[in-house]
Amino acid sequence: MTTETASSYRIQGATGEWEVVIGLEVHAQITSNAKLFSGASTAFGAEPNTQVSLVDAAMPGMLPVLNKECIRQAVRTGLALGAEINRVSRFDRKNYFYADLPQGYQISQLYHPLVGEGSIPIEPDAKDGPGEAKLVGVERIHVEQDAGKLMHDQHPTRSYVDLNRSGVALMEIVSRPDMRSPAEAGAYLRKLRSILRYVGSCDGNMEQGSMRADVNVSVRRPGEPFGTRTETKNVNSVRFVMAAIEQEANRQVDVLEAGGRVVQETRLYDPDRGEGRSMRSKEDAHDYRYFPDPDLLPLELSEAFIAECEASLPELPDDKRARYEGPLGLPAYNAAVITADVETARWFEALLDATGKPETMAKAASNWLISDLFGALNRLGKGIGESPVSPAQGAELLNLVADGTLSGTLAKQVFEIMLETGDDPSKIVEERGLKQTSDTGAIEAIIAQVMEANADKVAEYRGGKDKLFGFFVGQTMKAMGGKANPAVVNELLKKALG
Amino acid sequence: MSVDAATVRKIANLARIAVSDAEADALVPELNTILGFVEQLGEVDTSGVAPLSAVIPNHLRMREDVVTDGGIRDAVLANAPQAEHGFFAVPKVIE
Repeated sequence: MTTETASSYRIQGATGEWEVVIGLEVHAQITSNAKLFSGASTAFGAEPNTQVSLVDAAMPGMLPVLNKECIRQAVRTGLALGAEINRVSRFDRKNYFYADLPQGYQISQLYHPLVGEGSIPIEPDAKDGPGEAKLVGVERIHVEQDAGKLMHDQHPTRSYVDLNRSGVALMEIVSRPDMRSPAEAGAYLRKLRSILRYVGSCDGNMEQGSMRADVNVSVRRPGEPFGTRTETKNVNSVRFVMAAIEQEANRQVDVLEAGGRVVQETRLYDPDRGEGRSMRSKEDAHDYRYFPDPDLLPLELSEAFIAECEASLPELPDDKRARYEGPLGLPAYNAAVITADVETARWFEALLDATGKPETMAKAASNWLISDLFGALNRLGKGIGESPVSPAQGAELLNLVADGTLSGTLAKQVFEIMLETGDDPSKIVEERGLKQTSDTGAIEAIIAQVMEANADKVAEYRGGKDKLFGFFVGQTMKAMGGKANPAVVNELLKKALG
Repeated sequence: MSVDAATVRKIANLARIAVSDAEADALVPELNTILGFVEQLGEVDTSGVAPLSAVIPNHLRMREDVVTDGGIRDAVLANAPQAEHGFFAVPKVIE
């Protein structure tokens, strides 16, 4: 049982309240063409073992050579989190045996990581339950190799090993145990993903495994020292991370309240069953016998290299959001929605640029993007990258509304046709005669007809029934096929009805 | 620093080397002798001396991010005791 108070998340045990303490270790695949220490490709979805060099297969005598771009991306990520960049870092061997690890060790960085302390500001979503807006500490980021992939369901007695992923570069981003609820952990992951995608150092694709989280959870009485934690490995969606925390925290409370103690262990979360279990085979796994990798010299970074990384950073999500809310004058909600993902923000900026009047069009453009375009994309089940309407076409449509060629209603019609045909709005307006008319003569003629056909209502209106005005507007617009300029209709009707 | 028979058996297990109890017992004094040799280094005062990473002045070289390797599946699988459908096939390891 969980209490939903405004800001603090507590588990209500039989013996009182418990606080949950969460730290996350996120493994993010670094966007690069080649692997961390070899020249084999990192592309996703290739035939098994076709993207494997003799280095990745750990053949005797092979030597690792570090990929500079992977380091550059990790440094840029560190800078985006306001973290220290260590001018000297080292690679260590983390020794363990597993069928997906041909070397028998993973090259990682334990003692001297590339990136030191940084932080991520989070704003939990109230929909996810209690949580506080806060700064979550990032303890470190280190660079390491990914392992291969095992398939267990292809053969009755064998496991199949594909080493395509073996040696791909990962950043391990380690948070401080600063989160206190599933909502805070969810907000942290979403924000981290957003930053990584802005920076371009990781595509953030959790379904393809480009981002996975190890979830450290412990419980304690509020205000007491940390309890013993467990680590749930390789959780691959924000929703599952939040569910795994809730499940594991409640399990620990049950254990403690039954008089037991929490064992420090590695666990797995099964999203289908909504439960976790211990990975007993990993009992020895924490004895990694780390030592500096003798094949690799220390990694020394020049000030020029770091300055280049810094200069190459784009505007980051929080800065962009502040600019949208401030100078650009967008409503806070619009600014938050549009800046949450870099792809949406880029689309919006292309749209604004294409209008030719970014300052005056910003608000209308943001409203159109969030309601009309997002609505249509949702309906079509497409992401913004697959939008059938381009930013230039969207801008043209917005300009046609702004200059009075189209009314809001007509614009929606034109937009639907754009979605179906992919045509430019000006072409649709031209071909289908959807132009709004402000021709007073034509409108006056229609108004006269409407008044003649509804003489009784005209009398009622003149007798004081003001509400009927809307009826006349509707009739006139209907008779004109929705193409009359509503402002002109209003004005002329007022005059005609007296 | 020294090791006992239990530590030797544990290290052997972690390294996936089969060591019988008799062998483990024999290894205890051997390993302790080696540890003793290394221990002598502790007599030198190294406080304030940066760890030596290479005996000749040398810097880590880095590679450009270009795909130059791969596409050699047959060579990669050539020495595998068992390979099927382009995968290494190993005794089932499942959690």
